[in-house]
Amino acid sequence: MSEFYPSSLAAGLPRAGDYFARLLPDLRWATLFGGWETEGSVAFWFYRLDKWALLLLETANMAALATLAGGAVALLLAFPAARNVAPSGLAYQLSRRGLEAMRTVPEIVYALILVWAFGVGPLAGILAIAAHTTGALGKLFAEAIENAEMGPWEGVRAAGGTWAQACRFAMLPQVAPNMVSYLLLRFEINVRGASVIGFVGAGGIGQELYLVISQNYYEEISAIIVLIVLVVAMIDLLSDALRRRLRGEARA
Amino acid sequence: MLELQDLTRRFGGRAAVDGVTLSIPQGQMVGIIGRSGAGKSTLLRMVNRLTEPSAGRILHDGAEVTALRGKALRDWRTRCAMIFQQFNLIQRLDVLTNVLVGRLNHRPGPLATLNSLLLRFTPEERAMALDALDRFDLAEQALQRAETLSGGQQQRVAIARAMLQEPRLLLADEPIASLDPRNARVVMEALRDVNRRDGLTVLVNLHHLDTARRYCDRIVAMSAGRVVFDGTPAALTAAEVEAIYGVPEEALEAETPQAPAVGAVA
Repeated sequence: MSEFYPSSLAAGLPRAGDYFARLLPDLRWATLFGGWETEGSVAFWFYRLDKWALLLLETANMAALATLAGGAVALLLAFPAARNVAPSGLAYQLSRRGLEAMRTVPEIVYALILVWAFGVGPLAGILAIAAHTTGALGKLFAEAIENAEMGPWEGVRAAGGTWAQACRFAMLPQVAPNMVSYLLLRFEINVRGASVIGFVGAGGIGQELYLVISQNYYEEISAIIVLIVLVVAMIDLLSDALRRRLRGEARA
Repeated sequence: MLELQDLTRRFGGRAAVDGVTLSIPQGQMVGIIGRSGAGKSTLLRMVNRLTEPSAGRILHDGAEVTALRGKALRDWRTRCAMIFQQFNLIQRLDVLTNVLVGRLNHRPGPLATLNSLLLRFTPEERAMALDALDRFDLAEQALQRAETLSGGQQQRVAIARAMLQEPRLLLADEPIASLDPRNARVVMEALRDVNRRDGLTVLVNLHHLDTARRYCDRIVAMSAGRVVFDGTPAALTAAEVEAIYGVPEEALEAETPQAPAVGAVA
């Protein structure tokens, strides 16, 4: 904090503006819709769209897989991590602290370690995001369970149901719509996360983004960022529509 | 024969149930009355072991119930079904699945447990559930979500669920306190029917003395955790009630039952 001076802010802001100015593509009206070899056209700006589209698809795939895997583990850990249904104090503490540990470590740190273990590529990225997702979703799931009504739980237990059956019958139907909503939200976050995680070699569009940033290919930086924004916005719209439909029905 | 021996439950320093000793023969319908906080709910919940006794013993047909754990405890709970003031159905699941919850402990083996976790039940179990629903005039609602049913219907679904457990006892904790008079009568008649036709022992917590007099073979009155009256409905005259509680019967019934305390069950 001691180095936060208004003067350095004043000196730095124009430089940041300058960088953004360089990112702007050189588009000209006359040639805007020209072919990919015509300077000043949109196609020229996105001249490597085929490669980037594939990388973005890989990124979205990484995010989807990591969200599903992390969500599955989170679902299993959320029940012992919910105070109202935890089978014992020990199970509660272990799962709570475990989830905490998993979400405290940023996914980029996981990625660095896992790239070292599994080599450069999407596998390390998926595992890294999944680990962080488990921690983050596990906590949200557990809180949803803690806010659920306990009446049905007593009903199932009083009928001789096991703990697992009470989780399945009394709890899951109550919290499933919430959980799906959290899962979709996490998917959006993970798409952003997966776009950056490639910086350390863990696959996806990030690797390419890191390359063009370090090489100062200004127009390509902006092209890739625009594409990421587009993809995230698309997923946003999609999951929003899904969530709204789920709120209506949903028999878990 | 269900025997409670010196059964006590303390919450902090206060005894909610204080040295209750009762012996209830199989097939009796017993109404437990008393003010809010007299310990009726705690007493019933201890029989099902949803609440652990602090002291005393519960015996059923000579077998100790108080010390059961794990599978044996679940078997006991299956034999001693319970229904609640707030019905405790799973609102988002259909009525049929709610009733099938009563079969959960009747399915031996890990494969059956796995199937139950996938909400898969056998055709025989489904037929059984449908029969139980039909008995309480709810067969048509079988595929509706529980939350679409009225309170009286939900309580009858809860009784159908209890019947699928094939129990020997039925505990009913303020089963009609949340219902209007007409639905209350239907539910009380359903309880008396399972008592008469299936020979179940029924222990029912009630707030209205008239209801208890009309439907029960025996009435147990509680006050401050203790049994203060135990006898036939005929013996519980208005004068007797005033002697026990110090207020006329109408004043006692005017008190509304408190909301049920729903706590964690380990």
